[in-house]
Amino acid sequence: MKIEMTGIEKAFGTNKVLQGVNFDVESGEVHALMGENGAGKSTLMNILTGLLKKDAGSIKVDGQETTYASALDAEHHGISFIHQEMNNFPQMSVIDNMFLNKEIKNKIGLMNQRKMKKQAKSYLDQLGSHINVDNKIADLSVGEQQMVEIAKSLMTDAKFIIMDEPTAALTENETNILFKTIRDLKKKGVGFIYISHRMEELWKICDRVTVMRDGISVNTYRTQDVKEEQIVHDMVGRDIGDYYPKRNPDLGPVALKAEKLSGNKFTDISFEVHEGEILGFSGLMGAGRTETMRALFGIDKLKSGKIYLHGKEIKFKDPNDAIKHGIGFLTEDRKSEGLVLDQSLEDNIALPSIDGFRKRLLIDQKSEDEMVNMLMKRLTVKAQSAKVSASSLSGGNQQKVVLAKWVGSGSRILILDEPTRGVDVGAKKEIYELMNQLTARHVAIIMISSDLPEVLSMSDRIEVLYEGKQMGIIDAKGATQEQVMKLATGGK
Amino acid sequence: MDKTKKKFDFSKYMALIALIILVIGITIMNPQFIAPNNLLNLLRQASVNALIAFGMTFVILTAGIDLSVGSILAFTGAIIATLILGGTPAWLAGLIGLALGAVLGAVNGLFITWGKVTPFIATLATMTIWRGATYVFTGGNPVTGGKMNTSFFFQFIGQGYLFGIPFPVIITLVAFIICFILLHKTAFGRKTFALGGNEKAAFIAGVKTKKVLIIIYTISGLLAALAGFILTSRLGSAQPDAGMSYEMDAIASTVIGGASLAGGKGRMSGTLVGALLIASLSNGMNLLGINSFYQQIVKGVVILIAVMIDSQTRKDSE
Repeated sequence: MKIEMTGIEKAFGTNKVLQGVNFDVESGEVHALMGENGAGKSTLMNILTGLLKKDAGSIKVDGQETTYASALDAEHHGISFIHQEMNNFPQMSVIDNMFLNKEIKNKIGLMNQRKMKKQAKSYLDQLGSHINVDNKIADLSVGEQQMVEIAKSLMTDAKFIIMDEPTAALTENETNILFKTIRDLKKKGVGFIYISHRMEELWKICDRVTVMRDGISVNTYRTQDVKEEQIVHDMVGRDIGDYYPKRNPDLGPVALKAEKLSGNKFTDISFEVHEGEILGFSGLMGAGRTETMRALFGIDKLKSGKIYLHGKEIKFKDPNDAIKHGIGFLTEDRKSEGLVLDQSLEDNIALPSIDGFRKRLLIDQKSEDEMVNMLMKRLTVKAQSAKVSASSLSGGNQQKVVLAKWVGSGSRILILDEPTRGVDVGAKKEIYELMNQLTARHVAIIMISSDLPEVLSMSDRIEVLYEGKQMGIIDAKGATQEQVMKLATGGK
Repeated sequence: MDKTKKKFDFSKYMALIALIILVIGITIMNPQFIAPNNLLNLLRQASVNALIAFGMTFVILTAGIDLSVGSILAFTGAIIATLILGGTPAWLAGLIGLALGAVLGAVNGLFITWGKVTPFIATLATMTIWRGATYVFTGGNPVTGGKMNTSFFFQFIGQGYLFGIPFPVIITLVAFIICFILLHKTAFGRKTFALGGNEKAAFIAGVKTKKVLIIIYTISGLLAALAGFILTSRLGSAQPDAGMSYEMDAIASTVIGGASLAGGKGRMSGTLVGALLIASLSNGMNLLGINSFYQQIVKGVVILIAVMIDSQTRKDSE
């Protein structure tokens, strides 16, 4: 069996996510899809499995033009998709999960537990797995859960299995078991589409690799014929141009220093950021960048490590404490953590500094209005007035409102987590300019970004994380995307 | 955008419009309804529920709920009455009762924040506990007689008049003004709204969410105790089963007043209107001689209609 996708295009509104992607996979092979976050890998797979409709291009299965109406339809035709966030029901048993919507019933409509158990066991046996099928999913390790997902694919008689970063949360041992299972199934003629961020896995388990970048498929290679350098080059190869405003860094003393910070999903992260500096944090999704900053800011627990603010050791017990010490944190997800969407721009912008507007016991409405209007002008927030709700603004303007919060609270150290995600080009540039204005005033900025050109162009130095560990700090001047990407994918 | 701005914001005044219609309707059927004496009586009847509902408004704004208010009312009422019987000056007994209410409210807050128990469960549990404690403390009998019949201060709280207005009404009015200012004009109120609208975002913006929540449940407990003081004084006795299901009227007033149980939305003035509406409904139906069993049915229907209209108009504006 063979699936061929050619010239696939897809746009969300004006945002062209896929612009002519070619990809094919045959029975009995493992074909890897590589690319940065946002390159279009998941969109492509969602189109193949009927979750999304393509705008143009063709999908042929064994030479026959095919469009699946839904994920269920694709499954019936032997294509199953194991998502990174597994769609299971943690509080239900393995059997119940495996037979959800496929329950085996007896004559009077009751479930035939014994038969279901027997079948569940036999599918897992095929995979060499001996999970107790009566256990709750929540009690299984991530690796075991993955096995259950694969067993589910086998139940639908899958000819092709798509795996989205299957090893992201697995231990080395579990990864080896998974690879063995993939090899076994390969021999039985099952084809795999394997999405991964881990470079070394290409040569361990994959036969071919297709590299995607900005919605196009750049190249397809046999893994035995290609070197890591080539793949990295294909993943990042684009011109940066002079899209980023220039600035002359004027570094002051060290504003914030972190020593061997460890916590949930990150270990021994150290860095320092100077006044007037932009320190970039690069890495792939799940590298532990956000987690590090959340713990630093007092949102999550810091297991160990030391933080020095202007040379003095300190620990922020909660965000309130951090804000009082002049730290601001623009979070990755502005809708769920950055804004109170139903409330006005004014209420949002003034929130971190609301205690500063007190006149006796009440809020000094006049000075609050003044500050909010000043900030909205300075950050060029486009809105009818400060009284409209935050939910009525575009992504770019919402982001400016979040920035206004932290500028207004007088942050001297600003943590920006993906500051330009989901922001249109015009607003992006304005955000960059604001960052430069702030550093000119000796504000220290820590910028987490998955956008390589952005990190390279805006930062003075770049700290690269990979799977919760620090891979190195490099000087942004003269650094290349290849260098950063290599570190970010665990290469040395 | 433009259209919604120019359009009359019907949902904001819905409760008020309903109240006016109700008042006109009942008056047509029985003009006695708007006689000054009856109106003052109605206001006095509304005051106990209104006080509890003011506290409930803060709680509901944070997407919480406080089911324990009725039990706190009964428990603090019994304590106040017992203290007075034992010779404690009425003003001191009242103060102790209010302080106790605040502490019981704070305990709710502690269970909810540090204990990580959802508000519904936490206050369901304390509702049962304080009701039980009231029965244990009183032996199931009303606390009455003695100094309660002679203390001027004690009787004045629930039965007195100032400038011809029942004193409970004046207390309620003062409490309303304080709560209104607290919610709409102070940093604390702003934090309450932010916390209800998006707790995570509020926390990251520096709102000490646990502290704010504890204070809110403390306010709720305090106001329930104040209502308990008034009720005990008005009846001249503390009943162990006083305040039973008062939490429901308070929640209803708040919701009729436009608050959303999902949090982040509500106004103190809306709650006041909601409390007046519920009081008018009972008072009016009494005047019209409607059996009290039917009154409950009508009340339930009114709540359903009010919330349905509210959620419909909100959907339209989105």
